[in-house]
Amino acid sequence: MSSTSRSSATPADQSSLKTGAQIIVDALIEQGVETMFGYIGGVVLPLFDRLYDSPINFIVPRHEQGGCHMADGYARASGKVGVVVTTSGPGACNLVTGLANAMMDSVPLVALTGQVRTELIGNDAFQEADTTGITRPVTKYNCIVKDVNDLGHTIREAFHIASTGRPGPVLVDIPVDVEVAKCRADASADMKLPGYKVRTGGHSRQILTAAKEINKSQRPVLYVGGGVIAANASEQLRTLAEKAHLPVTMTLLALGSYDQNKDESLDMLGMHGSAYANYAVQECDLLIAVGARFDDRVTGKVKTFAPKSKIIHIDIDPSSISKNVHVDIPVVGDAKAILSELVKYVEYRERKNWFKKIADWKRKFPFRYDNNSSVIKPQYVIEELYRQQPGAIITTGVGQNQMWAAQFYKFSTPRRFISSGGLGTMGFGLPAAIGAQVAMPSETVIDIDGDHSFNMTMTELRTAVENELPIKVCILNNDYMGMVRQWQQLFYNKRYSKTHLSNPDYAVVAEALGAVGITVDKKQDVPGAIKKMLDTKKPCVVDFRVEPEENVWPMVPAGASLNEMDGLDILESMA
Amino acid sequence: MKHIISALVENKPGVLAHVAGMFAARAFNIDSLVVGRTEDAGLSRMTIVVVGDDKVVEQVRKQLAKIVPVVKVQDFVGRPVVARDLMLIAISAPSEKRAEIFSLIEMFKGKVVDIGLKFVMVEISGPEEKIEAFINVCRPYGIKSVARTGTIAMPRQAKTEA
Repeated sequence: MSSTSRSSATPADQSSLKTGAQIIVDALIEQGVETMFGYIGGVVLPLFDRLYDSPINFIVPRHEQGGCHMADGYARASGKVGVVVTTSGPGACNLVTGLANAMMDSVPLVALTGQVRTELIGNDAFQEADTTGITRPVTKYNCIVKDVNDLGHTIREAFHIASTGRPGPVLVDIPVDVEVAKCRADASADMKLPGYKVRTGGHSRQILTAAKEINKSQRPVLYVGGGVIAANASEQLRTLAEKAHLPVTMTLLALGSYDQNKDESLDMLGMHGSAYANYAVQECDLLIAVGARFDDRVTGKVKTFAPKSKIIHIDIDPSSISKNVHVDIPVVGDAKAILSELVKYVEYRERKNWFKKIADWKRKFPFRYDNNSSVIKPQYVIEELYRQQPGAIITTGVGQNQMWAAQFYKFSTPRRFISSGGLGTMGFGLPAAIGAQVAMPSETVIDIDGDHSFNMTMTELRTAVENELPIKVCILNNDYMGMVRQWQQLFYNKRYSKTHLSNPDYAVVAEALGAVGITVDKKQDVPGAIKKMLDTKKPCVVDFRVEPEENVWPMVPAGASLNEMDGLDILESMA
Repeated sequence: MKHIISALVENKPGVLAHVAGMFAARAFNIDSLVVGRTEDAGLSRMTIVVVGDDKVVEQVRKQLAKIVPVVKVQDFVGRPVVARDLMLIAISAPSEKRAEIFSLIEMFKGKVVDIGLKFVMVEISGPEEKIEAFINVCRPYGIKSVARTGTIAMPRQAKTEA
C-alpha cells in the first residue's frame, strides 16, 4: 500500500475494504463488461494483477491505437460500450487518435488510463503525460480520480455518460497509488452528475408540426445519419418511411439503417454519394434529417444545400441544430422515441411524380464502373464479395476503398458497416474488424482496406491470429494513397506528390504473422480467391492488385453544390 | 452584438480548462471570462462576455451546456441585468495635479487604495462604460497600470420578488 493512499475505514473493518484496482474490476463487471482491450505498463500493474483472475476476456493489441479502434469496432458492432485500458504517458498518448475517432462518430467508449503517483503529478515523472489535458478535446468527458473513494462512482458515471445522450468516449485517469489505496467497498455508490441531463422524447408540438409538414410535402427526403443506428431506431425509421412513403438517403455512418435493396433507398448522399440522392436532396421540398449533423462531406456548399426545402431536424444533441444549416423545425431528443411518436401522425401519400423522378435518376446514374479491361477493378472485387457473402460485417480503411465499399456493398441491417467517418482515420479497418469479430464471433467480418490504410495498423493482424479471430482482409492494392492521388490527378495536374510508396508483399507479411495470405493479380482469379478466403477458418489477407488509377465517381468537388457532380458523363458513358 | 453568458459549473479541477479549450477549439472569441465561487460550495459561476451574431452565440450557449460539469447556462441578452466590472488603476499624480485627479475620482465614486509621491492607485467599479470613461479621463495624466476583473452580472430580481 502506498504511503499516499487514503483510507476511510477504521482498522476494525479491514476485511470489508477493497483496493482501487478491485473496485475498478468490480465496477466493470457490474457494468456488464465481457471483453476489454488494452496494453499493460508500469502504473497499471495493480489493475492488471486484478484482471489476471477476473472473468473479463482481455485482448492485447500491438499498439494502443489499435486497442482503441478495436474497442470502437466492438462498440459499433454490438451496441455496447467498448472498453480500453492503457498505461500512463505513451500508452495514454497513443489513444488520442482512437478517442478522436470515437468522438467524431459518437461511439460509446470508456478508456481507463494509468497515471503516475499522485504526489509525482506535475513533476515530469517517468511516463507522465497530462492525459486529461491532452484528451479533453477528444472526449465527451474526462477526469482524474485522486481519491479512491471517488473511483466507483466515477467509473459508473463514465459508462453512463459514454452510452447515453449523444454517445462518445469517456476517459478516466487513475494514478497508481489510487489503484492500491483501500476504501470501504460501498462508499461510492451514487453518481454525481448535476450538469448532465439525458434528453428523451422530443417536444410533442414540434413532432406534430413535423408530421404536418411531412403530410403536406410533395417531394420529401429522409436524410438519415449515424444517430439512428446509435439510437437503435432502424425499425422505427422503416415504419416511418413506409407509412409516410418517403425516400431515404443515408450518410456513410448510417448505411444499413434502412434496407438498401428497397426501391425507396437512395443509398448514400454527399461527396461520393449517389447522383440520385444528391439530386433528390437538391430538389426536395422537405428534408427530414434524423440523427445526422450536416457534415461538410454531406452538404457540399452549405449556402446552396437543399435550396428548395424546409428542414426538419431530429437530433439528441441540441448543438447540432442549426450549427451548419438553418433548421426550420428542430426536434431535440432520442431518435427512437421521436420516430415512434412521429409515425402516429403521418399519412401515406403516393407522390407519384416525385418517385418517378427518383426512379429516372436511379436508372440514369447508378453506381457503375467499366469492367471491360483485363485489370482487376476495385469495384469488381467488392461486387463479387457481396455476391458471394452478402450480410457480412464490413469494416473499411479510409479513402477510395471506403467509398467503393459504401457504394458497391449493399447493407440491409444496421451495425454491419463500420467505418471511420468524421475523423477519416486510415488504419481503422483492421483493428475495427478485430473488435467487431470479438463482439460477433459467429459473423463473417471483412475489412475492405486500402494498401496505405492497411500499412498503418497491419501489426494488429497478429492480434487476430493470437486470439483466433477469423477476420478477412481484402486489400484493394492500387499502390497509391488512392483518394489523395485522385485529388492530385484532378486538381494538382497529376503531380503525384508523396502518394506512392513501396509496399511489402502482403501475402508474405500475412503468412509471417500467422495468417493466410493470398495474392490476386488476374481478374479471372478474383471469384476463386474470395471463395478461398471465405472458406478459410483462420484470419486471411487477400492482396488484390487493382487498377492503380481508378477514380471514385461521382464526386462533388470541395466547395461545389451537391448537384454539381463530376464524373456523371463517365457514369453515363458506361451505360 | 455583446452577450453576457452566465454558466453555473461544478467546482472541480479541469472545468475552466474545458470551457476555455472549447472556446479555442471552436474559434469563439471571449471578451472576458470571470470565475468565482457561489453560495453553493459545490458550484462556481463563470460569467463570459462574447461578441458575435445570434447564430454564433447560440452555438456558444449550446456547446457550453454540452460540457458535462456545466450545470446551467443563461444568456442575459435582452434581460434587465446588473453588470459590473472592478478595476484597479494606477495613475501618475504629481502634487500639482492631485486636486484635479481627486475630484475626478470622487465624481466617479472611486476609492483611493494606495498612494505614493508620484502616483495614486484607485479602485473603481461599475458598468463597463463607466470604467472605460474613467480610463479615458485619466489618460492625460498618464496611466501606469490597469488591472480589470471583467464583467460579472446578475439579472434584476424585482420581477421574481413580486
